Amino acid sequence: MRAEVEHIAEPVVSADPPGPVAIEARDIEKSFRIASHKVDSLKERLTSFSRQDFKDLHALRGVSFDIRRGEFFGIVGRNGSGKSTLLKILASIYAADAGSVRMAGRLAPFIELGVGFNPELTARENVELNGVMMGLHRREARSRLGAILEFAELEEFVEMKLKNYSSGMLVRLAFAVMIQSDAEILLIDEVLAVGDAAFQQKCADVFHEIRDSDRTVVLVTHDMSAVQHYCHRAMLLHDGVVAASGDPEEVARRYLRINFEGTSSGGSQEDEWGGAAELKMVDARLVGPGGEELSNVEKGSPLRLESSFEAAQDIENPSFGFLFVNADGVDVGGVGVGLEEGGAKTLRAGQRVTVGATIENRLAPGRYYVKCWVYREGNYADLLLHAPHVIDFVVFGEDEAGVVAFDAETSVTVEGGAR
Amino acid sequence: MSGEPASLELQEVRGPSVLGGGRRRFFDLLWLLSLNEFRKTYFGSVLGYVWSLVRPLLLFAVLYVVFTKIIRFGSAEIAHYPVLLLFNVVLFGYFQEATGGAVGSVLAQEAIVRKTQFPRLVIPLSPCLIALFTLGLNMVAVLVFILAAGITPVWTWLLFPLVLLPLLILTAALSMLLSALNVRFRDVGIIWVVVAQALFYATPIIYPITTSAIPATLHDILLINPLALILTQARHWILEPSAPSAVAAAGGWLHMLPAVAVFLAICALGVWVFKREAPKIAELL
Repeated sequence: MRAEVEHIAEPVVSADPPGPVAIEARDIEKSFRIASHKVDSLKERLTSFSRQDFKDLHALRGVSFDIRRGEFFGIVGRNGSGKSTLLKILASIYAADAGSVRMAGRLAPFIELGVGFNPELTARENVELNGVMMGLHRREARSRLGAILEFAELEEFVEMKLKNYSSGMLVRLAFAVMIQSDAEILLIDEVLAVGDAAFQQKCADVFHEIRDSDRTVVLVTHDMSAVQHYCHRAMLLHDGVVAASGDPEEVARRYLRINFEGTSSGGSQEDEWGGAAELKMVDARLVGPGGEELSNVEKGSPLRLESSFEAAQDIENPSFGFLFVNADGVDVGGVGVGLEEGGAKTLRAGQRVTVGATIENRLAPGRYYVKCWVYREGNYADLLLHAPHVIDFVVFGEDEAGVVAFDAETSVTVEGGAR
Repeated sequence: MSGEPASLELQEVRGPSVLGGGRRRFFDLLWLLSLNEFRKTYFGSVLGYVWSLVRPLLLFAVLYVVFTKIIRFGSAEIAHYPVLLLFNVVLFGYFQEATGGAVGSVLAQEAIVRKTQFPRLVIPLSPCLIALFTLGLNMVAVLVFILAAGITPVWTWLLFPLVLLPLLILTAALSMLLSALNVRFRDVGIIWVVVAQALFYATPIIYPITTSAIPATLHDILLINPLALILTQARHWILEPSAPSAVAAAGGWLHMLPAVAVFLAICALGVWVFKREAPKIAELL
């Protein structure tokens, strides 16, 4: 499996499935003006005489696609590829600079779960408000309350203010509201995998159900297993253009290939990292105890990272570093390992090395990704490969504060009498 | 799944807009959002209704003491001065509460703006509606004061909506303008606090516009303020039929023109700026 950037330029377009079109996008263009120094107060505007410098960021360059009614459609791409911008244009949150979008059917106006929730209000009031946002009449929205609470398993908490809900409860409620709405078209930015395993299963069931129904779903995600699981078709965005679309398996492979390239925006490794072509990452995944590939890991269950590299030339004693980064960009922890652990000093040209690391999973529930570096002879400056975003995964389980989940042994001792 | 069968024809998606998503949804959202916020503010606390009265009454009490006991300006010359003062404080309070809430409203609702398709106009109008609820409650108290002061009801009370309407329109237009500007220039909110404070004194609240103490040039300047005419007319219709109407106070229809022009300009500017900014608000946040 050699990764070549030229491949990306020629899209794989499988024959469109039959059926009426639910979403039609034509030549969507969007750019943002990024000011090098943003003037955001009147004071500055009136007192500064220098002209502002702008940089145009071309987020979408002529994106076109059709999504058929009843399709579960995945949009994947790296951070900054334009996929969220595209979703926001579909949702009428951003206005496109050029091109057109046409839709058939009612659209759920949310792109993230629980956005319209007001923490000061009770579940009952929030459900009504959300229903109205979805385009229901107030009465209709109220009549859905029972079904929503039942799905979310939150009947007892209907009069509780949302600020007192746990984050797991919130997601359950938000998910239930979305599912119980009438919308024929759902736009979803990342599936949030919070809540216990039972609720996870329920969500998976619902997704399978929707997949087979008349409803159209557009899912934007990093999670390739979700794409392979649920999507009928998928599309890969790269630097604002459609790099591939069609079979989800193929699109997911393309996505992983782009990530393993390890460099940004179209340039090959040679351009950016000098002699980096000496080494290529060919595979990276998380595996479970039975060796199966994982993208969701339950809190506390051990994690094993496996990654393979191929050398194009002889490399003296390479070291491999992996860093786990959470959704807020915090480097949570890392592992490093050198080739000598495998009993060799030199990686010969054409040889393949697989590096594994089993870590005790102390990660708090949330989304994570892995960065990878390879450098020569323990010298950070002699970088052979830098892949800033290789594996995405989710740790699920009851949420708690902080970035690590302690495995604590607790004790409480009460001593003495005050009197 | 119930609900009306949505049309399955392809329809143009027009992007974010002022009303986005239909008229009914707009009004439902405006109503619900405002009602929830209002309930949260006033019924969440133990004092409830009393709390909504405290602010204008306290301000009124302070002004009353200062201007009748210390400066001795009001009581003698002006009939029903305390009631006039309270009435004006409550009406201006509406204006101040609504615009003050609206100026930061888009920033406060950031999550909704950035992550949902939401009719943009709801956001600045919601504080106006909330302030209107408060005004309704406060007017009950004002009515008690009016009757207690021995003012007899007259038929012109029925005309109150006619002075209220321009006040509502002016407030809404200014709210739209300020909320949209504040996204681009984050210090608009801070500036507005000072401007509103200045307006409090530049508007005939503590004094009637007809007071002989006002020099002629200043009188003309004060008359540029549409609020001056609104409050003067309200006084004429509700409190004191013998007090001059807005036309009389201005010295004829012609002298009302500057205020009318300012009024229309603010409305046009508010609508124009908001309409222009609405599609871009999510990107600017």
